[in-house]
Amino acid sequence: MRKLIDTPEAGEMLRSRPAKEKRPGHTGQSMQHESACKHVSGQAVYVDDMPELPGLLHIAVGGSDYPHARIRSLDLQSVKDTAGVVEVITVADVPGLVDIGPVFAGDPVLVQELCEYVGQPIFAVAATSIEIARAAVKKAKIDYEVLEPVLDVEKALQQNFFVRPMHQHKRGDSASALKNAPHRLQGAMHVNGQEHFYLEGQVCTVQPTEDGGMLVYASSQHPTEVQKLVAEVLDISINKVQVEVRRMGGGFGGKETQAAPLACLAAIVAHKTGRPVKYRMTRQDDMVMTGKRHPFYNQYDIGFDEQGIIQGAELVVTGDCGNSPDLSDAIVDRAMFHSDNAYYLNNATVTGHRAKTHKVSNTAYRGFGGPQGVILAEQMMDDIARHLREDPLTIRKRNLYGVTHQHIRTADGKTDPRDETHYGQKVEHNLLTELIDQLEISSDYWSRRAAIRKFNHSSAVLKKGLALTPVKFGISFTVQHLNQAGALVHIYTDGSIHLNHGGTEMGQGLFLKVAQVVAEEFQVDLDTIQVSATRTDKVPNTSPTAASSGTDLNGMAARDACLRIKEGMFAFAYQHYQADANSVTLLDNQLVYTKDGDEQCVPFADFVQQAYMGRVPLSSTGFYKTPKIHYDRETGKGRPFYYFANGAAVSEVIVDTLTGEYRLLRTDILHDVGRSLNPAIDIGQIEGAFIQGMGWLTTEELAWNNDGRLISNGPATYKIPAVGDTPFEFNVELMQDRPNDEATVYRSKAVGEPPFMHGISVWSAIRDAIASVSDYKLNPRLDAPATPERVLFALQEVQSDGDQ
Amino acid sequence: MIHFFLNGEARTVQNPANDLTLLRYLRTQVTLPGTKEGCGSGDCGACSVLLGDYSANLGWRYRAVNSCLTLIPQLAGKSVITVDALATGQGAKQQLHPAQQAMVDYHASQCGFCTPGIVMSLAALHQDISVADDTAPPSRHQVNDALSGNLCRCTGYRPIIEAATHLQDYPDNRDQAVAVWQPEPLTANPAPPPADAVSAAPQTEQQLQQWLQQYPDARLVAGATDLALEITQQLKTPGSLVAVNHIASLKQLRDEDDALLIGAAVSYSEMETLLARYFPQFAQLLQRLGSRQVRNTGTLGGNIGNASPIGDTPPVLLALGACIELASAPGHLSASGSRWLALKDFFIDYKKTALQPGEYIRTIKIPKLKKNQQLLVYKISKRLEDDISAVLAAFKITVSDDQKVEQVTTGFGGMAAIPKAALQLEQALTALPLDGDKFRHAAQALEQDFTPMSDVRASQAYRLLVAKNLVRKCALELLQPQQLSRIEDIHSSELALNAVISGGETPNA
Repeated sequence: MRKLIDTPEAGEMLRSRPAKEKRPGHTGQSMQHESACKHVSGQAVYVDDMPELPGLLHIAVGGSDYPHARIRSLDLQSVKDTAGVVEVITVADVPGLVDIGPVFAGDPVLVQELCEYVGQPIFAVAATSIEIARAAVKKAKIDYEVLEPVLDVEKALQQNFFVRPMHQHKRGDSASALKNAPHRLQGAMHVNGQEHFYLEGQVCTVQPTEDGGMLVYASSQHPTEVQKLVAEVLDISINKVQVEVRRMGGGFGGKETQAAPLACLAAIVAHKTGRPVKYRMTRQDDMVMTGKRHPFYNQYDIGFDEQGIIQGAELVVTGDCGNSPDLSDAIVDRAMFHSDNAYYLNNATVTGHRAKTHKVSNTAYRGFGGPQGVILAEQMMDDIARHLREDPLTIRKRNLYGVTHQHIRTADGKTDPRDETHYGQKVEHNLLTELIDQLEISSDYWSRRAAIRKFNHSSAVLKKGLALTPVKFGISFTVQHLNQAGALVHIYTDGSIHLNHGGTEMGQGLFLKVAQVVAEEFQVDLDTIQVSATRTDKVPNTSPTAASSGTDLNGMAARDACLRIKEGMFAFAYQHYQADANSVTLLDNQLVYTKDGDEQCVPFADFVQQAYMGRVPLSSTGFYKTPKIHYDRETGKGRPFYYFANGAAVSEVIVDTLTGEYRLLRTDILHDVGRSLNPAIDIGQIEGAFIQGMGWLTTEELAWNNDGRLISNGPATYKIPAVGDTPFEFNVELMQDRPNDEATVYRSKAVGEPPFMHGISVWSAIRDAIASVSDYKLNPRLDAPATPERVLFALQEVQSDGDQ
Repeated sequence: MIHFFLNGEARTVQNPANDLTLLRYLRTQVTLPGTKEGCGSGDCGACSVLLGDYSANLGWRYRAVNSCLTLIPQLAGKSVITVDALATGQGAKQQLHPAQQAMVDYHASQCGFCTPGIVMSLAALHQDISVADDTAPPSRHQVNDALSGNLCRCTGYRPIIEAATHLQDYPDNRDQAVAVWQPEPLTANPAPPPADAVSAAPQTEQQLQQWLQQYPDARLVAGATDLALEITQQLKTPGSLVAVNHIASLKQLRDEDDALLIGAAVSYSEMETLLARYFPQFAQLLQRLGSRQVRNTGTLGGNIGNASPIGDTPPVLLALGACIELASAPGHLSASGSRWLALKDFFIDYKKTALQPGEYIRTIKIPKLKKNQQLLVYKISKRLEDDISAVLAAFKITVSDDQKVEQVTTGFGGMAAIPKAALQLEQALTALPLDGDKFRHAAQALEQDFTPMSDVRASQAYRLLVAKNLVRKCALELLQPQQLSRIEDIHSSELALNAVISGGETPNA
């Protein structure tokens, strides 16, 4: 320990005047990821890399062979008899609660009798090696009574087969508006699901503790939920379970609810055997047994005027939820909240259905239903444009929120401000018109549009397409109580700082950003701060790291902790150093104050030691809750979002009309992150989200056979974007000088999910290239993902229509 | 008993289990968890390591391989470098390898799980550009090639591409780790495999033949890029395993007057340059066959022996009229111990070939093109990099002086249970003038040739339609060879922006 008594008194030591510039590592600077050096050298430890404890058991799980079936009998004798198998558990072995549904019931940790998707866990085998466990699983003999499954979302809709009741937003009179509109269009589209494909598959390790509890090392975005569910399945109190998450190898929503079943199963086995247990899913099990992005079936009926301005809209979004509610209620809500994207729908009825199918329960995935709603709005814009033979960008701009048109009046004759969503939230601080204007120029949209028309005229086989799509994304959990966070900050006597909060690190740079906030608050170097693994015994009752909220919530909570510590330290400083009133600040790793008008400096570490000697608390929790938000489900009105994040993307593609293959040539993105806490991290989020969004709509195809079995169950058959899919020209800019108008942490904005929707520009550009074959007269149906196959068939449809 | 180097240290694995992959060895037996398992099926590259071969004139040369698809017998005499050994020095004096430092400086890791594999692929690229002593930064095409087998779900690749193009800006630290990169090669000839062993790594064909006589059902493995999947994905354990990638006589490349002779154990990477000289479109196809990691170990012999209906090279070899030499111990099946077979007679039914027990593929003979012959090869898949084809079509067309099809031979993948020629189509095209409409008409014959299936990669309808369209594309490309007509040929933003194929014909015509 550093010697405490050697501290020189302030004033004894003359220090240079503190620098006024920001120290490296404070907010607004592009610091490298806190684990970058560990990542590149293989030193970053993921759950599967931790040293294995003696006696460790490995789990493999046996799942249902049918999408809908009743188990008649289950014979696990030869599984149990396999050499190396130590324990086999079924639902009868669960000491506590069986249902681990996160919000609503419907997710048994092991099947009780009724199987509702292929791969649904029926029993778990624990063996001395993962290979033994995997091989033993195959020996089970299960007799099923096979039942008729519902595998198709349209069929579920027809049969009113739902996991949750429908919900509706209504504003004005959409039926009359549709009837009276000069133009009316209808359309529909299937937007298929998406596998998260985090590179680190689902994994956890549990270790029984001396108190009859469990220590869980998880790869989870929601440690608190893992903690609660492990306690519930074991029938012990929550305080006996500790969950630790240092980092995940990617999450994207797939480790929000989906990590808990692994921990629960491992805990049940650990509880039964008294041995530590690891459960690491193989990639194939992970793809088959865990939920994905919801496929949606979207339908629209819109009326618009001669200028393409929407007068009325009836939109129906139907999420394919799979077999259980999981988070589907909120996900379909978000699709509804975003079915306007950036556009004023005027008289609107938006209906959201939660269809049930006998597939794995779909779950959170970056955007959380938002992208599925946004693509509906973008499809409408493109369809209106080609219907009126206008450029899609022109139609988009006319329909933006807050763009007033002289000919549109409210009932009392005033110009309609067109700034309120169909769920009653005002669209404030709207940047989109300005942002799109900027991007239109920087991406050279109009001259490229002209060049593309020329190219397409002379090119027989290859056709180009171009599209600009904006995004307006609501930030906050739409479930109000989740919008809270806690943090824990300690300062040790050498001046080093320990930071902990409820957010989890999955690569998004959250730990770094929050550390930058703390560095800024204490005006110390970034390396003064040690970030630490998320632990349920350090910060309790946390929300999942989801909804792009990690930094907004945890950054503010950590700041609150800093402010509390500073308050005590400053009070001490005035007294101890007899500083002039209002003169104490922290700057440049020092305490700076004036005494009788003379500036005095004390190194931060020395000040900390003095404070310790003066018995000042050097540790504090911090707390934050998001203000202003509310939503009334009865009326479908409220302000579910604290603010909106904005951005827009322009993508240019080239399509081979003989094969349906295509390539992305160039993408320009302008995105609004408020005042960026770390521009490099934010740009990384935007680029990564864009490519992931593009993958969702292009090559990533989840294929199911008629027996309800996922046949794209590995990376050989499920193709996420590879290096060659990144456009040759990729220009990503942050909107400059636009601090958040709401009082977020350092006026920054959330960035995790909003840019995912920039991928829609690629889908729209492909559709534009296809439409070029009909001289932009027809609107090809192009369900997503737009694989080369779908593109070729869409081309064929447009060509044969053109022949008629 | 298999001897090899791991991060410069000599290692011996006694009687390696037949299902032991290098990845599992690294993670569980020598506790080097820096190398990650992302998929266990060779598709994500997170487990990439460097595998070095020694030659007297070049010293050790390293290639990136998937450790999840590498079996221990394949390592005999080789040198393995993992991410753990790239940095030199300790603590404050630690110096990262250029691949590592560039990744840090360009913000190219987010969750970090794919990062060790990407670093290894970049380290291989760094070695190659260092050897070439090329001062120009690697092109986007080169970078894509080096990283074709590495998936990243977080970054969107842009910063990784940036890091790759700046590798040369960093001081090379390999000189500080000579023991790791250039270990003293093993000189002793390994003893012939003991009789009770389950796996072997023979040095000569004679040893291989002995082994095959002893274990007629032994599985031959060269690159293991497919066999390893049976082990890791289907949990099958091969009875007896014999790695043929150390046998020099199976690794020969011969450029003869009228044909290329390619040893069955030559890796795709090793044949690239030669193929590019005589069959540019074949070489171009290879760039889309698997990933760089797969091409570094996978072989032509393996692709043929595996007899997959969607293997990428057999259709091309069929169109080219290739023959293969099947060898066995002299006196076992024939006195000479070798027979030649036209490739079209090798594939019998789904995954069934003419190979007899005790026999192995020794050589592939590819006749060179005559002056008036052209080879056109098309691969259709969802993704450009590392994807299995939905349809593969290859055409060898002899064009007469009056611009007519004098003769055509074809090979199709993904259209039938085996790689197969489209004989009806060949007949329909023969004597036709090079004309898009005429070719389009002739392409209808494909309906007689094939009844493809619908599966996870494509529907029956798409396979047929796209195959027909490719026939038409042939005509367009033969007529306008200088025009860009394939999206895969766009390798840079400059090309992307100027891409054009002109011509009066419109698709509606």
